[in-house]
Amino acid sequence: MDSSKRIISAMIRYFLVPLLAVIFGFFICSIIMIISWQDPVKAFHALFEGAGLFGNIRRFGYTLLAMTPLILTGLSVALAFRTGLFNIGAAGQMLMGGFTAVLVGISFTNLPIIIHLPLAVISALVAGSLWAFIPGLLKARYRVHEVVSTIMMNWISMWSVYYFVPKLIKGGYETESLPIQETASLRTDFLTNLFEGTDVNLGIFISILSIIVVWWLLDKTTFGYELKATGFNKDSAKYAGMKVNRNIILSMMISGGLAGLAGATYYLGFTNKIIIGSLPSQGYDGISVALIGANHPVGILVSSFLLAIIQSGSDQMDAIANVPNEFVSIIVAVIILFAATNKTMKLWLDKFKKIIFRR
Amino acid sequence: MLEALNNIVPLAICFTTPLLIIALGGLVSERSGVVNIGLEGILGFGAFTSAYVLNVVLNDFSFISLCIALVSGAIAGGFFSLIHAFASITMKANQVISGTALNILSPALAIYLSRIFAGSANIGIKQGFLKTNVPLLSKIPFLGVLFRDAYITSLLVLIIVIITWFILYRRPLGLRLRSCGENPHAADSAGINVNRMRYLGVFVSGTFAGLGGAIIITTYAGEFSINIYNGLGFLALAALIFGKWKPFGVLVAALFFGITKTSAEISTMNNLLKEMPQIIFTTFPYVATLIALVVFSKNSVSPKAAGEPFEAGKR
Amino acid sequence: MKYIIEMLDISKEFTGIVANDDITFQVKPGEIHALLGENGAGKSTLMSILFGLYKADKGTIKLNNNTVKIPNPKVASSLGIGMVHQHFKLVHNFTVTENIILGFENTRKFKIDTKTASESIKELSKKYKLEVDPNSYIEDISVGMQQRVEILKMLYRKADILIFDEPTAVLTPQEIQELLGIMKEMRKEGKTIIIITHKISEIYNLANRCTVIRKGKVISTFDVEKKSFEEISELIIGRKLNMELKREVVEKKPANFKIENLSVLDNRNLTAVNNLSLSAKPGEILGIAGVEGNGQSELIEAITGLRKVKSGHIYFNNNDIVNYSIRKRHEHGIGHIPQDRHKHGLVLDFTLENNLILATYYNKKFSKNGVLKRKEIKKHSEELINQFDIRAANGSNTICRSMSGGNQQKVIIAREIDQSPSLLIVAHPTRGLDIGAIEYIHGRLLEERKKGKTILLFSFELDEILKLSDRIAIMYNGKIVDTVVSSTTNENEIGLMMVGGIKNG
Repeated sequence: MDSSKRIISAMIRYFLVPLLAVIFGFFICSIIMIISWQDPVKAFHALFEGAGLFGNIRRFGYTLLAMTPLILTGLSVALAFRTGLFNIGAAGQMLMGGFTAVLVGISFTNLPIIIHLPLAVISALVAGSLWAFIPGLLKARYRVHEVVSTIMMNWISMWSVYYFVPKLIKGGYETESLPIQETASLRTDFLTNLFEGTDVNLGIFISILSIIVVWWLLDKTTFGYELKATGFNKDSAKYAGMKVNRNIILSMMISGGLAGLAGATYYLGFTNKIIIGSLPSQGYDGISVALIGANHPVGILVSSFLLAIIQSGSDQMDAIANVPNEFVSIIVAVIILFAATNKTMKLWLDKFKKIIFRR
Repeated sequence: MLEALNNIVPLAICFTTPLLIIALGGLVSERSGVVNIGLEGILGFGAFTSAYVLNVVLNDFSFISLCIALVSGAIAGGFFSLIHAFASITMKANQVISGTALNILSPALAIYLSRIFAGSANIGIKQGFLKTNVPLLSKIPFLGVLFRDAYITSLLVLIIVIITWFILYRRPLGLRLRSCGENPHAADSAGINVNRMRYLGVFVSGTFAGLGGAIIITTYAGEFSINIYNGLGFLALAALIFGKWKPFGVLVAALFFGITKTSAEISTMNNLLKEMPQIIFTTFPYVATLIALVVFSKNSVSPKAAGEPFEAGKR
Repeated sequence: MKYIIEMLDISKEFTGIVANDDITFQVKPGEIHALLGENGAGKSTLMSILFGLYKADKGTIKLNNNTVKIPNPKVASSLGIGMVHQHFKLVHNFTVTENIILGFENTRKFKIDTKTASESIKELSKKYKLEVDPNSYIEDISVGMQQRVEILKMLYRKADILIFDEPTAVLTPQEIQELLGIMKEMRKEGKTIIIITHKISEIYNLANRCTVIRKGKVISTFDVEKKSFEEISELIIGRKLNMELKREVVEKKPANFKIENLSVLDNRNLTAVNNLSLSAKPGEILGIAGVEGNGQSELIEAITGLRKVKSGHIYFNNNDIVNYSIRKRHEHGIGHIPQDRHKHGLVLDFTLENNLILATYYNKKFSKNGVLKRKEIKKHSEELINQFDIRAANGSNTICRSMSGGNQQKVIIAREIDQSPSLLIVAHPTRGLDIGAIEYIHGRLLEERKKGKTILLFSFELDEILKLSDRIAIMYNGKIVDTVVSSTTNENEIGLMMVGGIKNG
């Protein structure tokens, strides 16, 4: 009896609230659609069909492709959240990671793939974490709030790439770089054929491996213990003899490294080049992924899949149901709003639970 | 040198004006105890509404229409911000997350509505306010440059700053509002309805941010699209920190950002500076912000209770 | 008219905890009525209901025989009810005047009229001998002064019924005497006073009647003079209290802890600890008494490594530890029970077992190659839960935030004592705890003393210091003004030194 109670309350904590948020999200959006004379059933059917949920393997491949960087940026933001930081800078870190990876991917010729590809991927990881080192340092040393500093770093990264791509690796157009060497590409014939010619690539394995590593790091290691203690309560971490400032910087750097990896999967696996003038939207989507996934690695697997469905199906929704594809962001925002009110939702659920258990 | 100043200042004021009113919105909200990271989204919604009203509803760009657009942008911002208020005050959501939700919601909603009701993601603005010299004030020696070749909205915002300061620091309402941001339990025991005060703070902050968006539309934007304000709401947060949560501090901070941003843009037109790497100028405003934050963050004086939901039972 | 206030059949439940269970509480006009009970007995809840901060689930309130509804403090104020809370409800960066008029401001020429307000505050403070400067900021004045602001707040709002929630907890003995005098003065003016306390000694010579609450229920209401100290204390805790703690004789050894000419700066870079020296021996509890804000916090932080020292030395077992890191001090056998258990002592959102390894998680016992040994951690936590009688709903997996204050403190004490440190820095170990928990913690500290540990005890509670310490050092203005042997001194002597008076002869 006691243990079943505990399992139920754990389910409510980790599972039920995000699920309810998603249901509420779709519900509210249906209402918005009805108000603006759209057909929600048709729209959502088209959305899921477009994402390949009804058996179209090619479309499902595009969903997996969209999911790949989202897992990593989601992990990036979630790891920061778990250690008390709000990293809005995943977009910039992802861009810098991708830029460095592409630079390595273009510059080295005649390297075997077994060396070139890992080198490019690792350089993305390093670049992302170095880019995040700056806001980490500013936070630890000068108490500059990371929300503002990471946003500034985003703009700086965008303009830096804008400046350096034409200077160093100018491609066919003014606005893009050369394509990377084949030996630095994450695409493989095996996966491309499996998903009927889509760009699903080795990045998906990097993402899934990262989920496991982050989960292990946070839950099983002394290092993760320190990072979490610092995130929850800096003063008691200091009291316990931990190096608080170092931990803040390291949290930020690991978070940035994950975003950098997202850049590697995106630019080495999908675009194969850098296009200047904007920040990758996956960086910001990472915030949504983390929040909907309750900052838990397993939750992120689910929420990044959900977001990928929404994104890869939106064109179909636009085409068939005539619902503008921006609409999917409204769904996401509403889900986050509901997920954010989890405190009150839990309270209500607990009351509900009490009523059931009394009977 | 003086000529350069005469060139830069009017342009800087153009940019400073919306930034200032948005940052002031952030100030009112945080003073009441609610962190409003959703300023970016709110201002975008205000900008969309005013553009929509101007182009589609009125389809007229006279002075009166422009004023109506300003007011409707402000009202739209106010009501849009109530989502944040409801989530963070009534539902006790994490204020940073609920603000982030607004930032995601706003551009999507704006483009969605724009495509449904106006037929395109961008809304063109044929004519905004005209630049004028403010009577009397522009004649002041030296400082007069601030009022030369300026939009009427700049004067409006300046007046709002002064009124806001007066209400916050001289009127009972301001004293009560600030007490909710510093120690809501003290306010509660003095019979002040903390949550109602915070709703007010967020609503006013929404109106100010919405007005800021409308000012962009009715002055220099030329059209509504996401690019016309991209990042301004976050820069306003930086100005709030830099300005130490004080109305006139925020004024100075916004002016500082306005000048750095403008001088970066002007430099691309200057023959001498053209030779230097462009990256120096394009990243200058952001690097300057970071440096300013390093200098000013250490002894930060943010309202003590900002960010914490108020629970009467907790002591 | 027999009663001015009647609270009839009041019940109030917080999620899962019954704070007030069918309480009936009646106060006569013009009396001082003491409300006695342990921490958590439900006194503050009852008074918060009277003041409109909480809503009762059930019951009625009568004022002068009329049933009233008090939905919020504003209504309470308009009915003439005022309350001084245990944790002051003041805005730190507002002036005294602004705090007093908050919610009741008058305006002149469109502006808040602070001038007239501060004049009437001055008048009030003269009348009731409550000296304050209306223009100073709350963060700049002493705790005692802040309490006066709270009292003035009630008087300014013309309250006739004054509620004091544990008013003496933060005051020096002299300040307490003053406050009791002020209360008597107010009774003479016809005010009705309710005082919440758990210190019985204070209510003699002060209160007319008293009501004892235990576990949310009224136990008894009686005239104070009719019952003895022991009788009342039995009513409060529901059993006999073993008053005498055994302080066994411990073999004295030479001092192993010495501070020499230590100076430490506070957050505002002002000298907080000024050229201070002291020493302590194994098997000794050295009490450090003093009014809050005389450098105790900074001294604790300097000894434990949380704060850099400006100059001077701290010797422990003949090593100068001034430049040791916090962790190194810990590894050399310095334990620390911090003054603020929520700020420093615990990661409130961690589970109980994770909090029990806060400073030792990296030891071989709990980890191998950087990976935590979950089984060992659980076993360790289960052992300490038994050994220290920690009560937690979900055992080792309980999130510490959901535990009671007494049990949270037990977690910290278990963690620190388990390390068997040879020097234990203990700061306010029983603040806010109930009598049962206090008894337990005092017993534990004396046990450590018996084992030959050196213990530094910082406390604002003079009884606690007198009861436990072998010697008492009195700290004033960043210095030790004198060190006395506890068996040869008393509360008044120490109290005088705490405010800078010099011991006579």
